[in-house]
Order: sequence, then C-alpha cells, then structure tokens
Amino acid sequence: LTLVHQGDQLLLTRSFPSGCSPGVMQDPDMGIKMRNQRLLITVIPHAMTGNDIVEWLIQKFAISEEESLHLGNLLVKHGYIYPLKDPRSLVLRADDSPYRFQTPYFWTSSKWPATELDYGGCPLLLTSYLQETWLWGDNYNLLHKRINHTWDFVVMQAREQLRAAKQRRKGDRIVIDCQEQAYWLVNRPPPGALNVMEHGPERRNCHISRVQLVSVLRAHHCSSLGRYIKFNEQYMPHDPIMSGCLPSNPWITDDTTYWAMNAPTVMTPTKLRVERWGFSFSELLGDTLGRRQLLEFLKKEFSAENLSFWEACEELRYGEQARIADIVDSIYQQFLAPGATRWVNIDSKTMERTLEGIKTPHRYVMDDAQMHIYMLMKKVGAWALPPTLAPPLQLAWALAPPPHPQLQLPQVTHGAGKPWTLGCSFTARSGQHGQKGGVLLRGCGKSILPGQGAGEGLVSLRSGGWAMGQAGH
Amino acid sequence: MCDQTFLAIVFGPCDKCSKEKPLRAIYIKSEQLNYCSLCVEMMATEGLHENETLASLKSEADSLKGRLEEERAKLHDVELHQVAERVEALGQFVMKTRRTLKGHGNKVLCMDWCKDKRRIVSSSQDGKVIVWDSFTTNKEHAVTMPCTWVMACAYAPSGCAIACGGLDNKCSVYPLTFDKNENMAAKKKSVAMHTNYLSACSFTNSDMQILTASGDGTCALWDVESGQLLQSFHGHGADVLCLDLAPSETGNTFVSGGCDKKAMVWDMRSGQCIQSFETHESDINSVRYYPSGDAFASGSDDATCRLYDLRADREVAIYSKESIIFGASSVDFSLSGRLLFGGYNDYTINVWDVLKGSRVSILFGHENRVSTLRVSPDGTAFCSGSWDHTLRIWA
Repeated sequence: LTLVHQGDQLLLTRSFPSGCSPGVMQDPDMGIKMRNQRLLITVIPHAMTGNDIVEWLIQKFAISEEESLHLGNLLVKHGYIYPLKDPRSLVLRADDSPYRFQTPYFWTSSKWPATELDYGGCPLLLTSYLQETWLWGDNYNLLHKRINHTWDFVVMQAREQLRAAKQRRKGDRIVIDCQEQAYWLVNRPPPGALNVMEHGPERRNCHISRVQLVSVLRAHHCSSLGRYIKFNEQYMPHDPIMSGCLPSNPWITDDTTYWAMNAPTVMTPTKLRVERWGFSFSELLGDTLGRRQLLEFLKKEFSAENLSFWEACEELRYGEQARIADIVDSIYQQFLAPGATRWVNIDSKTMERTLEGIKTPHRYVMDDAQMHIYMLMKKVGAWALPPTLAPPLQLAWALAPPPHPQLQLPQVTHGAGKPWTLGCSFTARSGQHGQKGGVLLRGCGKSILPGQGAGEGLVSLRSGGWAMGQAGH
Repeated sequence: MCDQTFLAIVFGPCDKCSKEKPLRAIYIKSEQLNYCSLCVEMMATEGLHENETLASLKSEADSLKGRLEEERAKLHDVELHQVAERVEALGQFVMKTRRTLKGHGNKVLCMDWCKDKRRIVSSSQDGKVIVWDSFTTNKEHAVTMPCTWVMACAYAPSGCAIACGGLDNKCSVYPLTFDKNENMAAKKKSVAMHTNYLSACSFTNSDMQILTASGDGTCALWDVESGQLLQSFHGHGADVLCLDLAPSETGNTFVSGGCDKKAMVWDMRSGQCIQSFETHESDINSVRYYPSGDAFASGSDDATCRLYDLRADREVAIYSKESIIFGASSVDFSLSGRLLFGGYNDYTINVWDVLKGSRVSILFGHENRVSTLRVSPDGTAFCSGSWDHTLRIWA
C-alpha cells in the first residue's frame, strides 16, 4: 500500500512503489516504534510521538528535519495520522505529543462518500452540535434541513451509538472519537481552514483510440549522451542561477545594471554575450546585436539580401493569415523574380519548386528556399564573428554535423557538412585574414576542404557562388 | 538557441483516397499503411469492423507497443547519470524568495514571463488575469474573465498583448494598453474555440499565431486576427494538459502532455505526431524543452519528472525520490539546462541536477500547491505560482 497522487487527490493505492506509506510505517520491524502512550491518565495503545514520526522519516528517506516535518504534516493534514492531544488541530508537532495511524476505513483513498447521513449519524459530532457550536456553526442548520426527513432516525442512531460507546473502555472511546474527528476535519474542514480535498476541474478518463500512432524511430544514428555534457560545459558560465552574473543579479541586489548592460540594442555587447554567438549560428542569428553583426558582414560580402530574404520568410511563416498572398508576392518581387533588385541565389530545383508553389501561395511555400538560404548563411556566418573568437570555435559550428540521413530534407544541393562543389571555373585572389576582399572562391570542379591549401584566407562570398574553408592561392 | 532540427515529413499519395498529402503511418492488422490526416480521422471514428472486438484491438495495440519497445531497447540503453559521472557535482545551493506578489484573491493557476525579463502575466481561479512588473511588484493591468479556472495564460512576444482561457473553452487575446481610460476587456479578441476547457496556450514566434491545448484531447494552431483554425493535432487519448514550443528557428515542432500519460511531439506544418513517449504512470501536468531543443522534461502526478531525448527517442533520466509522494505540477530548466525546477502538489519546489539525476535542493515557502513555474527569459530567476494565492520570484 502506498500513497500516491491520482488525478488531483492524494490517495492510498497498491500500485506506486514508494517506501512512504502508512503500511510500511506501521510495520512492526521497519516501522515507527509504537508504544502505549499516556494521555492524561488514560493509556492509549499503539500510539507514537510526533518526534518518533519525524525521526523515522529522517532515517528512512535521508532527508532533513525540515523536510521530514513538512512531509509528516501533510500526512496528518490528509488524515492518515491523527493527533490524540488537541485533536481539532491537524498539525504534526515534533515533540512527545501522541499520534496514531488512522484506520483504513477512514482513509481518503477508500473514496467512500462522506454522506450527509454518515455525518449526522456520527454521535460525537451530533453531541457537539447539541452542546456547542464547535466548528460548524450555521452548517448545523443546513445539515438539519438536508437530512430533515431522516432526522429522527439519525438522532435515534446517534443515541444508540452513544450508549454503546459508554460501554467501551475509556481508552478505546478516546481513540474512536479522535479517529472520527480527524476524518471529518479532513472531509469537512471549517470555513477558512486549508481544504486538502480541493481539486481542479474534472479530468476525463483515458479512452482507447482506434488508431495507434507509432513514432518514427530515429534509429541507429542516435548521438551519444555526451551532447548534454558538452552543452552543460558551454552554457554553465552563462547561466546566472548557476554561475551568478556581473555586476549582480538584479533580483538579489535590486540593481538593474545587469539588464541595462544586456539590453537588446546596447552600444557595446558584453564579452559573455559575444562568446555565446560563437556557440551556434542560432545564437548569432537569435541575438539582436549578433544579427546586426551578421548583416554587416554580409553587406561587406555583397550578400545581405540573403538575410533579408530569410527575415521575409519568417514574416510569412508566422504572419497573419489574411496577408499571406501579399507577403508571398512581395517576396517574389523582391527576391525571386528574374531581374529582382535583391535576387537570392537558390539552386534551380528549389527555385523551380518554389515558383510552382507560389501559384497557390500558403504559409509554408517558401520553406525549401528559406532552409537553403539558412544553411548557406550558416556556413559562412562563422566568419561574421569577431576575430577574438578562436578559429577552431568558428569552424566547429560551421561544420555542424549533418542532419539525420533518413530524414527527407528539402533539396539542399550543397549538402550540409559536405564541401562545396560548384560547376564553374575556379578563381582565387589572395588576401589577408580579417580584411576585405580576401580570397574569393567561385565555383570549382574541385572540392575545398579546410586544412588543404597553403595558407589561411578569409572566405569571401558573392551571390554567384559560395565556398568555405581555408584555401591557398 | 538550438541548432536546426530536421523533420521527416513524407508527402505522397494516400493509400485510401489517393490524394497527394502529408502522410501518417498507421497500422491496420499489423500492416503499415500511409494515410493522409483526413482518412486517419475517418478511420478513428469508425466503429468496430467485423471480427474485431475492443479486446482484439487493444491486444493488437499492445503488441505494437511491445514491438516498439523492443526496437528501442536494441539501441543504446545507457542512462544519462552514468555518462555524467565525470561531471563535477554541484556545491551548496541557496535560492530564496526575492519577491512575493500578492493580489490574486484565489488560487493562482498559470503564469508567463514577458520577453523584457521582468513583467509577468498570471491567472487565477476567480477569473482574474493580472499583469505585473514583478521587479517592483506593481500591478500594471488587470482584467476579469467571464469564466472561472483560468488555467492558461501567455504573454505575446512583442509584449503588447496577453492570451488567456480556461473553463470557457476559449482562448482570448487582450491587447495591453496604457491608456487609463480604455477598458481592456473592450478590445478582447476570441481566438480559439475548443469543446472542453483550455489547459494551455502559447504564442509562436509572433503575436499573430497561438497554439492551444484543451481538455477535449486536441491541440490547435490559430490565426489571432481572424480566429481561423490553421491546424489541429489529434492523437491524445484524453485531456491534453500542457504544451511547449521547440526553441528552434528552423524546426516547427512542439511537445504536448496529457492525461493519457503520453507526451507527443508534433509537426506544426502537417499536424502529424512525430514521436510519442509513454513511460509515466499518471497524468502529465507539464512539459518543457531542454534549452538545446534536443530533449524535453515532463512532470507528472506519479511524483516523478522525466527527461526524454528526441534523437535517441527514449527516456534518459527519471527524477524521483521516495520521500516525494505528491505529483509534480510544473517544470522548467535553468538557462544552461543543468537544473530542473519542479513545482509540486506538496507545496514545495524541488531542484534537480539534470545530468546526475539527484536532487540539489528543496525550497519551502508556499502554503498550498505550487501550480505553475517558469524560469525568466534571461535565466536570472524563476517565478512560482500557487494555490495559496501568491506568486514568488526566486533567485
């Protein structure tokens, strides 16, 4: 038997494998030491002190006293353990106050509805009604109204029970009274008190769907879990909760300098921020200043239209439904039409498919072309980074691992991860690293791989051709 | 923040209606067929065929599941914490409540951060939706919804609007105005219409699209301006309780979790379910992507949180402790993904070391269930909302 949350309520069920259950707790060997407790001058059997409960929880689950007290308190509030001294207060005290385990009959997981009839028939409660207003006050009248038709029967039952109760030993009577009291406190808390039985809106049960969706297995190429370690290493210094932030965390010191320094469009980005651009093309593109840096670089290489095209496609993908046809047309006019002012260089197959798709414009009609341009920008974006970032870092994300071979990609002829191979003549101009007009590689018949070639050179781009890697003269 | 995630979308002629559409693989009598989503819908609503009983269908489903598990088991089955043994353990961890936001008159059910890293929107059981500057704890806007149990709320990327919904089965968008004379409720736009309660909502990359999850078992993508349904996602066998969009620029996916104990990953473009995970033992209350986009975490009523890896297509970590017996209602990662914060129904927040699988800390403070938890956009703090009517900012 274990305690578990089902739907919205804490219940006792048989299924959940946890060591924390009243069953385990009452085990004569492993459970809490129970003894006869003295309550004033009456001896109550099988009781334990609040302290015993806390100690046992600490021992069993290797938790702190604070957590143990918290957990113990919840068990009391949910009615699985009840206090003998001061039974109206469902609180766990870590002293020698006596407690007992609630009888399973009264466990909330029994789900026996606490009917009004049971309520009225409980002799203890009825006595309280008759003697004092106790906890319910006005509710007594409400109750009377509700079970009015059976009132006489109920009162008779109550009197019978009271008489039988008088026959019992005082110890037993106290126990039974406390049990019932705890049960009703949990199920009918006084107004204003915490109601642990509260739950959210009803949730429907599961129904079997006829069609089973079987997931696409990304089989055999699953990357090692080392990805997580690597990601953690990279980002840990950037995580304010883990590594703090300079000058200080605004929430802790009430000083907002950190936010001012890292505003989207600040004059000078912080070192950490720039370092993050080097983690992936996504980071560079996703940061306002990073994107500006990318744009400046592309402008120098006369390839800025690629970023503008990509941004226009984003506007289409996430834009208003009613404007789709207009946006598609605008993109076509600016970037794809023959002789367009900002023509983007897409391979012929993709272009053909896109132009065909434009005839029936929809939100995703530019996806292929957009992905193509994204991949191209990604290849060269590393060179947009400031020279302060070490070259291996740049190349690392420029040479990102290829996508899963089983995936059907939109046509990207200059395949991700593979060196460029283009169909025209090769020309090259030497230049110095970091300066304008570096090495221009235009087309080939040759593949160019980093590491080959005599020296380093900045790769320059033109709309007519793309290339990457180090190259010699 | 993450590198592109590519999707397998198969287009082709449907095996039933022969039209060229995005296809889903379905199994009929253990044979794989490719149907378009319309034919799948029709199939799902058909009654039993001859020679079929509910029991026979169920056993067929179970045997398929068994096959799937076998396939998965053949692959790498190393757990994340084993790989992470060489990673340095985390030291002492101290986080305190830095702000307490009081103002809701009833249980706080949901909250979301604005991109400006300090404003938040929160919603409660009595229908109130409040926009706060949580740094100063000032309330900036408040609106009363015509329904109770507003279980979902979201801030628009621009910061100029909020969306919310609950027992009214709708998702409504309110533009935020600083004009004191204007009544926020006047400019309200009803966007989504479901046939049961709204459990979660989120804007996509712009203010013009909203993704919703509902107790009617479906998720849906809507155009805000026109209220048009752009795509619907069917597949959960019970109420959908949560969703999260993948943090990728190139992908178009999101994950949802429901009362059928399943977490499902969807392709927004085709409406197809790409992956499905069913290892939880009870309702999944919350799902959240790992910052790289390669994985996601889930929190469930079975008192565990789990990490599912999308590339390996399996669960790679379980975050549980014998002393935690109450369900996790809400989970979120710290910026680096090293910590997983879980809000639980036992009024506490447990902080987990994602890599090592151990609990780093337990935070006390709330006086009733923690119902919602989100880390701020720049990772400097996180906010928790509770049934004790308050929200707390922790840092």
